[in-house]
Amino acid sequence: MQTPAPFEYERATSLAGAIAALHDGDGDARVIAGGHSLLPMMKLRLATPERLIDLGDLEDELSYIREEPGEIRIGALTRHVDLLRSQVLAEQFPVFRDAEEVIADPVVRNRGTIGGSLCQADPGEDLSAVCAALKASVVLRGPAGERVVGMDGFHLGPYVTVVGFDEILTEIRIAKRPHGGSAYEKVERRAGDFAIGAAAAALNISGGTIVAAGVALRALAPTTVEIKRAEELLRGSRPSEELFAQAGEIAAADCAPTADGRGPVDYKRHLAGVLTKRALRRAAARALQKEA
Amino acid sequence: MSVQITVNINGEDVTREEEPRKLLVHFIRETPGLTGTHWGCDTSNCGACVVLMDGEPVKSCTVLAAMAEGHAIRTVEGLERDGRLDPVQQGFHELHALQCGFCTPGMLMTARALLDENPDPTEAEIRTAISGAICRCTGYKNIVAAIRWAAEHPAAVEQEA
Repeated sequence: MQTPAPFEYERATSLAGAIAALHDGDGDARVIAGGHSLLPMMKLRLATPERLIDLGDLEDELSYIREEPGEIRIGALTRHVDLLRSQVLAEQFPVFRDAEEVIADPVVRNRGTIGGSLCQADPGEDLSAVCAALKASVVLRGPAGERVVGMDGFHLGPYVTVVGFDEILTEIRIAKRPHGGSAYEKVERRAGDFAIGAAAAALNISGGTIVAAGVALRALAPTTVEIKRAEELLRGSRPSEELFAQAGEIAAADCAPTADGRGPVDYKRHLAGVLTKRALRRAAARALQKEA
Repeated sequence: MSVQITVNINGEDVTREEEPRKLLVHFIRETPGLTGTHWGCDTSNCGACVVLMDGEPVKSCTVLAAMAEGHAIRTVEGLERDGRLDPVQQGFHELHALQCGFCTPGMLMTARALLDENPDPTEAEIRTAISGAICRCTGYKNIVAAIRWAAEHPAAVEQEA
């Protein structure tokens, strides 16, 4: 039987109360939402919080997908199933639907949340790459107030983020840009598994030229890796198969996979190249559809 | 340290002193008469432990009993109504959708939730819905057929009775 180590449990009745409880916990307390990232880690005793603060009752406050004039805002407690079914996201950022269709299985997607996925920061988790490619930022709230951190500065390493011990990730913000297209490509050993490798791409195309580009890989480095050199190559260029193949070659070179049960390094580098190319191809097709 | 946990299972409040680390699957199974929910892989992969939480299927090995307080839990024992089988149960019976029966409670609950949301699912929709549940003996063909049978006979059991 897999059982977590003993802990104390409390239900948060307010966000401020949860933050205060984290602060009092002095690093030994964790928040739990859907629990589908944290509980498995606790069963394996890889996470041993002494106090769990359940955010479940804050769902009304923190579960939403809001379209604002300049950006989309997603509450941290928004579940995978809601990201998958959101019409707003399907129109603005179809990369979310691509990714959500291949995250675990429908039953798991009923519980897991975007905030939990990002904060657990498992190297094989999908939404970090999605948010990185979209150049999203996250809102972290702590005792002293809020700060907004870009996804490019979010990860410190595998399972480690900049979220402080007394901070809670409350919201994800993604700027809307005209003529955008995005896509996610993932290869897994079997349906619902963590990725062997995955690539997220987001492009904005204006007048036949790529004006903004985001490329991020997951499971192909110790943590999410943005392929900056590919993004630079893409910006200002006209979309073409040759360009995307070139971007793929950069991704294969710039990722940092490790050999494990899911495959050797050369295979994973090959995947990085192919998946980057495919994601860019689909992102461009979607962007051009909007431009037309 | 134990705390008092109350979980509403099949319409009845069950209250016990438990450690907060008690998983929902064990809380349910340690309740007299409620061993129908199966405890399988313990890693949210196999789906044997699926129960409905406020009508939605969830893997009860990855939910703390304490987290279920205030929510309505429905287990396989809650499918039967007044001695009549639920159409999904009847469908599994009619079409031989089980051999060893280990995955069956999770399959039944997943199927019930699917039909509650989508009373006329295609085969593809059924296969997607049960993709979080693993069967190691019958194979999925008869399970999919049984769920279709239930979709086509929503009132079958009432008619027979």
